[in-house]
Amino acid sequence: MADNGIGASVRRKEDNRFLLGKGNYTDDINVAGQTYAVFVRSPHAHATLDSIDTSAAQAAPGVLAVFTGDDLAADGIGPLICGVTVTSDDGEPHRAPMHPALAQGKVNYVGDHVAVVIAESLAQARDGAELVQVDYGVLPAVTDTATAADGSQQQIHEVAPDNMCFNWPFGDKEAVDAAFDAAHKVSTLDLINNRMVTNPMEPRAALGEYNSGSEEITLHLTTQNPHVHRLVLSAFNQLAPEHKLRVVGPDVGGGFGAKIFVYAEELVVGWACRKVNRPVKWTADRTEAFLADAHGRDHVATAEMAMDENGKFLAMRVNTRANLGAYLSTFGTMVPSYLYAFLLAGQYATPLIYSEVKAVFTNTAPVDASRGAGRPEATFLLERLVDVCAADMGLDPAEIRRRNFIPTDAFPYQTPVVQCYDSGDYHAALEKALSLADYEGFAARAEEARSRGKRRGIGLSSYVEACGIAPSAAVGQLGGGVGLWESAQVRFNPTGNVQVFTGTHSHGQGHETTFAQLVCDQLGVPIENIEVIHGDTAKTQFGMGTYGSRSLAVGGVAIAKACDKLIAKGKKIAAHALEAAEGDIEFADGSFAVAGTDKAMSIGEVAFNAYVPHSYPEGVEPGFDENAFFDPLNFSFPAGTHICEVEVDPDTGVVDIVRYSAVDDFGKLINPMIVEGQVHGGIAHGVGQALLECARYGDDGQLLTASYMDYAMPRADNLPSFDVDYAPTDPPDNPLGVKGCGEAGAIGAPPAVINAIVNALGVKHIDMPATPENVWRAAKSAA
Amino acid sequence: MEMSSEQRIEASRDRVWAALNDTEVLRQAMPGCESFEAAGENQFNAKITAKVGPVKARFTFKVELSNIDPPTGYTISGEGQGGAAGFAKGSAAVRLREEEGATVLAYEVKANVGGKLAQLGARLIDGTAKKMADEFFENFTDLLSSDGTASEQSAAAADGDLIEGKAGKELPTWVWATAVLLLLALILAAIA
Repeated sequence: MADNGIGASVRRKEDNRFLLGKGNYTDDINVAGQTYAVFVRSPHAHATLDSIDTSAAQAAPGVLAVFTGDDLAADGIGPLICGVTVTSDDGEPHRAPMHPALAQGKVNYVGDHVAVVIAESLAQARDGAELVQVDYGVLPAVTDTATAADGSQQQIHEVAPDNMCFNWPFGDKEAVDAAFDAAHKVSTLDLINNRMVTNPMEPRAALGEYNSGSEEITLHLTTQNPHVHRLVLSAFNQLAPEHKLRVVGPDVGGGFGAKIFVYAEELVVGWACRKVNRPVKWTADRTEAFLADAHGRDHVATAEMAMDENGKFLAMRVNTRANLGAYLSTFGTMVPSYLYAFLLAGQYATPLIYSEVKAVFTNTAPVDASRGAGRPEATFLLERLVDVCAADMGLDPAEIRRRNFIPTDAFPYQTPVVQCYDSGDYHAALEKALSLADYEGFAARAEEARSRGKRRGIGLSSYVEACGIAPSAAVGQLGGGVGLWESAQVRFNPTGNVQVFTGTHSHGQGHETTFAQLVCDQLGVPIENIEVIHGDTAKTQFGMGTYGSRSLAVGGVAIAKACDKLIAKGKKIAAHALEAAEGDIEFADGSFAVAGTDKAMSIGEVAFNAYVPHSYPEGVEPGFDENAFFDPLNFSFPAGTHICEVEVDPDTGVVDIVRYSAVDDFGKLINPMIVEGQVHGGIAHGVGQALLECARYGDDGQLLTASYMDYAMPRADNLPSFDVDYAPTDPPDNPLGVKGCGEAGAIGAPPAVINAIVNALGVKHIDMPATPENVWRAAKSAA
Repeated sequence: MEMSSEQRIEASRDRVWAALNDTEVLRQAMPGCESFEAAGENQFNAKITAKVGPVKARFTFKVELSNIDPPTGYTISGEGQGGAAGFAKGSAAVRLREEEGATVLAYEVKANVGGKLAQLGARLIDGTAKKMADEFFENFTDLLSSDGTASEQSAAAADGDLIEGKAGKELPTWVWATAVLLLLALILAAIA
């Protein structure tokens, strides 16, 4: 059994159904009497809604209903909310414009929801949607992050003068400015963080069913957090009382953040199924996903570092403009603030940091968390700046990092930006990565490449991220409206098999295997007798879901704590059955034994005794089923060094990643194979951002990259075979000794790739995505 | 999108104008044009079903002429709604000149598309628009050169009334032609 416990690369239990096409995704579910919803979306980025004529659509064949924002408002449904408050420099909370699920009076981005048509068939719903006549009064569109709030642009929302959501300064500006004035050298870098469309493989979908007998709504959703959806839809959107609303997230085909949020379509489908008293299904087509999924990143920033004569960092100053899109998505305000500025220390002992973030509204899709959420932006900025510092000081990029790393003996380390890192050994990861990447041998490889007309470059990225989201008290202090603990229930059935209910969710990360390994290891039950259940508010008591690399670091600990409770109870039951004192019972490998004797009983026998308590200890409740909640003491701080090596063809601008080495500290690994897969996927994500992906809006607010024709995703031939290794430390604040691994690659990779290209070309900077055209131009300018 | 080009038509300006004044000829030359009619002074409505590859949509166009300066040029602007497919709007500056007995029509079109058209077709618009403009002129030249297709009306026009650049209620024929061109460009942009 230990073969399948902690540390074993157990093959993923869920892959049987995924690989054989037996998964059960929201769109796979069809119910009797099902109808179809199609949304009428604005083709304009910014316009008044002068009139909406639904009469022709209402009369069309098969159409059951056409609803607009007025219908939702009449029923008191909505608006959509943003759950985290950021206080602006004027002392006021961030500006929060009304975000109706169906537009009222005005549309604010291409794809904004104008009306919904419900019909017997999808084709009839589409035809009906064609017949909705909308008169738009077109207004100038605002799309540019850098200038949206400079006073020159059309104001989008009445509540947000100059399109400013918040201006959020953080840090001791005077002290930082003084350090800059006294510095030996100041390095400066202007950069952007390109806008991403998150692109999970499975597009979003919703299926709403109303039971008029029980007055309960059941909503199947593509969600990373069914309970959060239920809570928000109930408490803030007035869809139904929490106990009359069931949210089910069945198999979810990728999320990467995009399925955290409560979207208009989900609320409308939930409401419409009761309104028409028929099940209603909506499934996004790919273009709808591009238009109306929350996007990620989209920063414009200036970063400066003050250094002494040895290249030691004295202070950092960062000025950022972050695009939040047309409305605030569920956690939109949190990403460019707390998840960004609090990571700006990175792995360095920079004593002073000042950050100013201006978050702006534009006529683009809402922007929210996307794999890494804030941390990739912080890491890209910092790790690019550090390379500029190295160049300015004439130091090797590895050497400047060594000189500035937080010393290994300084943990726990309080950064100047709130976070207190619990564990880390940044030198160890760097040296291991340099060795893995044969950093010493690079010069010879570069020379050889030059003889072939290629430019070879090498780039480092030493990242740290904060995940295991998050201690509830910290979230509350920061203006978050939720606690971010996790819950678990571990239930033995009388026959000895185990059901594990977790409040986290999986959208492909293999939790059914990892969590089963935890339980297998702790309780000694064969892994095939353990079933992990998630994603249904009717099955699991409560939970906060999956994002911020929290499932194992928070949810896994809750499971372990529930197992602890079972063991404690089992000892009482076993002591009674074995006629021994409870204190003499030892539990190991699935067996309760009386210390120093050969008297023992298996945990399965204990479970059976608990359900058939004919001979049972006094005062002990029957049943073998325990709940636990875990509120983390701190964030978790995975870190590592990634090294990317590229060959650039200066004549074509094509970048070939020829070598990629990653050394990460994820603490203890439960399933190394799954972790490696997460690292691979994360790096691919990061390479996509660095080389290929960018969501572009025209000046008129039209999304020009709304299909895979125009939005390039990474493919196998963009990626080398990765060299992955680990340099773990033991995080004292995590009872399992684990850290998160799901986002690390997407955080570490972009600066490693760009640093390598910059190194190859001998230029100061190149913006992402480093497409062949951009690289070719940079090569020409450097020549 | 932006498209500028010249089209040389191997016919005298008189003959070209006469044929261009025949709305039926124009309707036939433009693929998918169901109707093309005046809707007020210097205003026209057109209904056109256009299909390229998998995308098929019926557009309702409204166009308006301004800066009319016969016979040297004018500006035409308009907007077409294609329902769920989105919209196209734009303007064109047009110049006509005679050259060695033939007629050269030069046009510069600026058009924007929105909605699904922009999302799926932005990169294809320029090439497709050019291709279909060529198609229009091919059809038009065919109609022009085949005897008997010209209706009595256009034959009457050829007698000289319009050639004199008659001011007043009837627009010069080339205006019709370029209006059709703009529509064409918009549709092309829209469906590309």
